[in-house]
Amino acid sequence: MTPSRVAFAAILGKDLRAELRTLQSLPAMALFAVTTFVIFRFGLDRTSLSGSMASGVLWATLLFASLLAINRLFVAEREEGGFDAIRLAPIDRSALFAAKGAALLVYLSVLELIVVPIFFVFFLDSATALLPLAAVLLLANFGLAATGTLISSMAVNSRARDLLAPLVLLPLVIPLMIAATSASEPLLAAGGVSYDRFGTWLLVLGLYDLVFLLVGYAVFDFLLED
Amino acid sequence: MYGNGLRTFSIATVAALAVALSLVAFYAPLDADQGFVQKIFYLHVPLSIVALCGFIAGGVFAIAHLRSGNRRWDAYSYVCIHLSVIYGVGVLITGSIWAKASWGHWWVWDEPTLVSFLIVFLMYATYYPFRYAIEDPERQARYASVFAVTAGAFVPLNFLAVRLAESLVHPRVFATTGGGLPGSMMLTFLVSLIAMALLWVTLVKFELTAKSASGQLKRLRRALNAPAPGSSSRVAPEVS
Repeated sequence: MTPSRVAFAAILGKDLRAELRTLQSLPAMALFAVTTFVIFRFGLDRTSLSGSMASGVLWATLLFASLLAINRLFVAEREEGGFDAIRLAPIDRSALFAAKGAALLVYLSVLELIVVPIFFVFFLDSATALLPLAAVLLLANFGLAATGTLISSMAVNSRARDLLAPLVLLPLVIPLMIAATSASEPLLAAGGVSYDRFGTWLLVLGLYDLVFLLVGYAVFDFLLED
Repeated sequence: MYGNGLRTFSIATVAALAVALSLVAFYAPLDADQGFVQKIFYLHVPLSIVALCGFIAGGVFAIAHLRSGNRRWDAYSYVCIHLSVIYGVGVLITGSIWAKASWGHWWVWDEPTLVSFLIVFLMYATYYPFRYAIEDPERQARYASVFAVTAGAFVPLNFLAVRLAESLVHPRVFATTGGGLPGSMMLTFLVSLIAMALLWVTLVKFELTAKSASGQLKRLRRALNAPAPGSSSRVAPEVS
């Protein structure tokens, strides 16, 4: 049996290489996010944002942009027979969950590296919130990657693939979004960065990540049986 | 075999509901603040407690299905979630009526329990489109169980997040120690809770019986080589 570490590295490397060569997901996500900012600028009729408005716009945009990647995460596996290959390979199935989750984590992080600075340039005056916000983004990415990978792997094997992942995922990430927006809100407040209940919300984010990483790890084997 | 005890359960449910409703109407005292409207509490709270327990039971049966591979547990899990979603509609409607009567609005966003319940309801409402989008019955059962387990883990997290997001927390009807209710109200509440739980169990048994009967009918038809009329693509789980 190939060690899980090797399998993990191989699948993750394959995914990242494929994304680098085809550039299917990331440019689309970044474009989608920037366009959404422009739509919010006119929809809300604001040229600058702060506090809850800023954190709401940022997180709604990031969530919907991440849905694009989540929808496409397993399409190659399904269409090119990757699932069968994984089933035949003498590897632990959890390696696929971990590798796909890690790939999604990389996509989300790269997306945020591009899009969050643009958000700051568009709507905010100072960039002091960037550093603490990075911690919130990172923790939320883990949660999104865990739930996104789990739901995407199920949705891709159904009749209504593109429909199903957003449908099931959105209610599932509501607690994550509550925690992420509440943590970012005081960071983006008009009067400068404040850390009101910041630690509590980071803990909730961490708890969400932990629970869904464990659930994903526990149930993923059953999704590949056939 | 699922019909066993159905009659007993039905009679017990009707009796318990009759006792509970008459206690609510004639025995429980009027609430000093809210008056008559508060009596919807005896319907709303038991409904929500039973619905949440039903969702948890659905998750537990789903784990049993995944561990054993026996499709019967999947049917149990499906029926539990199905009836809890129906109870959930009742919870949201009665909660809304209560909110209108005591706070003047049909929907109140700063009542954390109500909002949490809405989110949980929305989560479980996606169980149906999710389940019926998967064609292969064996895979459908497996994926539905994975959904039920995932959603089961989601419920407590969601209650935690929504509760924390509330800066002002409403007083709970039950204090954490001892219970803030006078004895007569507590008794009425407990009887209502038992009645609602019995109703839920009876309905679960009814649905399982119906599913097992239609499964048997389908097998008989197949044995007689007569295809079922108007068979739909929505294959609800069968009980063998």
